[in-house]
Amino acid sequence: MSHPAEAHAHPEEHAHPSAGTYAKIAVTLVILTALEVAVYYVESIRTYLVPILIVLMIIKFALVAMYYMHLKQDSKLFSGLFVFPIFIAIVVIVALILLFGIKHPQMPQ
Amino acid sequence: MHMPTTTGLDSRKMAIWTFIGSECLFFASLISTYMVYRGKSLTGPYPHDSWVNPANGETVKGILNIPLTSFSTFVLLMSSFAVVLALYGAQRGKRGMLIGWLSATMVGGAIFLGGQVYEFNHFVHEGLTLHTNLFGSTFFTLTGFHGGHVTVGLIWLGTVLVTAIRGKLPPEKALNLEIAALYWHFVDVIWIIIFTLIYLIK
Repeated sequence: MSHPAEAHAHPEEHAHPSAGTYAKIAVTLVILTALEVAVYYVESIRTYLVPILIVLMIIKFALVAMYYMHLKQDSKLFSGLFVFPIFIAIVVIVALILLFGIKHPQMPQ
Repeated sequence: MHMPTTTGLDSRKMAIWTFIGSECLFFASLISTYMVYRGKSLTGPYPHDSWVNPANGETVKGILNIPLTSFSTFVLLMSSFAVVLALYGAQRGKRGMLIGWLSATMVGGAIFLGGQVYEFNHFVHEGLTLHTNLFGSTFFTLTGFHGGHVTVGLIWLGTVLVTAIRGKLPPEKALNLEIAALYWHFVDVIWIIIFTLIYLIK
């Protein structure tokens, strides 16, 4: 017998993950956060600090969005409503950093 | 069961995702402002670097408290885990699971907010306010708005919790919690970004 939530789900909206999957994602998130903090304190890999932290951040972000926000199971339209603004946001952030965040030697300080 | 729509999807869920999309751009403006002015403060306190306090001549280390914020981050991530379990319970009519995990979510959110209040209070005592330097202005604006969102999320989840305690959140109304949970997860993913860009990247 199916659960009421599953019975009422729209055909495009598939059943959400199990509690076990949620727990596995939680453990992964904790491990990744611990890694982030550990990396912060290791002086020898300071050169690679930024790329490592950015990659870990993206993985954590994707795990929460895909499993906890159910984008992996729900309609692709919801993914579009989330991913498209994120794309614009990234473009805006990178453009502003390039425009104003980098010191140009020819410009008066 | 939702009303028939042209997309075949629930309008309330479409609305929350559209709202979350707009919130992405709102936080993008705050994050980009922080990033643009990063490292351009003319006076301390600074986030990571040591500085000399002109008031007493003491050398002060970077003001950010990484262990405390790491703990807050852990708590907020766990609150996201708790709210999906609450939703899991709500969708299956497990009232005890729903109320227990939703309460745990709220406790997590309250601890996170408490940590932020402590942090802000500590910074003000260290001489960092909204108008001390560029770091203070951009940091308090960004994290303050995030804290405001956490507060709104707590109030929202609180109303859902009261509904659940009154027994008025049957499985067919679990979407009410799912929408609030989506907002809560969004607050969580924004913190994932803030924690990395502001606290960890030196």
